[in-house]
Amino acid sequence: MMPGLMIEREVLIEAPAEVVWRTVTEPDQMSQWFADRVELVVEPGAHGYMEFGDQGGPVVVEVVDPPTRFSFRWNHPRGEEPVPGNSMLVEFTLTPEGGERTRLRVAESGHELLAWPDAEKQRYADEHREGWAEYLDRLATLLAKRQPR
Amino acid sequence: MTAQIDDELWSAIADPSRRHVLDLLVSNGEVSASWLAGRVPFSRQAVSKHLVVLERAGLVSRRKRGREVLYQVEANRLDQATQAMAELAAQWDRRLGMIKRLAETAHAENRKGNRHEG
Repeated sequence: MMPGLMIEREVLIEAPAEVVWRTVTEPDQMSQWFADRVELVVEPGAHGYMEFGDQGGPVVVEVVDPPTRFSFRWNHPRGEEPVPGNSMLVEFTLTPEGGERTRLRVAESGHELLAWPDAEKQRYADEHREGWAEYLDRLATLLAKRQPR
Repeated sequence: MTAQIDDELWSAIADPSRRHVLDLLVSNGEVSASWLAGRVPFSRQAVSKHLVVLERAGLVSRRKRGREVLYQVEANRLDQATQAMAELAAQWDRRLGMIKRLAETAHAENRKGNRHEG
């Protein structure tokens, strides 16, 4: 796990990886589970667009490795190229589980800062393997214990 | 719709050094920047910068006691952040659930199609 990681979720799907891959990456499928409108060419470096109701934003595809890895960056400031530090990275990982089953994992991470020495980042990441939600939950719980409200 | 955690909050918490500072503030209550600087692997100047960012994001507040400035975590803001994060996780769970349903339906239809051919 890298520092800056925000959210990690997964689901087990009763379908082969190829089928899950098409559901995750084909724009007409994406518009059924993700955005209202998806304009996207599934190629590394391709610039696309996703619309959510009256909101929308650009996305840039990073990794396309069928049928196991697909990632894109979004939520970067308008007019800027998305890079680590100014955007969110959404990564899908598909793992065949046998018996035509696939484990689908999604991680959304972002705004990772690059100023820390790698060794220091790694040490801190090792000490904080929990997810973001758990991290904040723990802080809030600790705080509530310390200062009863 | 997509859950939004405002950028200031998001980037304030995303940095491991600032999480380190937050950890210390949560565990120790109201403390000074010098006290924090004695317990982190970065400089006093870095601690001050991190405190400014955390304060701007509303996660930390400060007050003067004599000549000292003391910092503490803002519990309400931390709760907000926790809820926003939980909502983001729930949103991905909903999306994964929809992907599961779509893929399993497509797979079932493929199999039916194959049986008819064979």
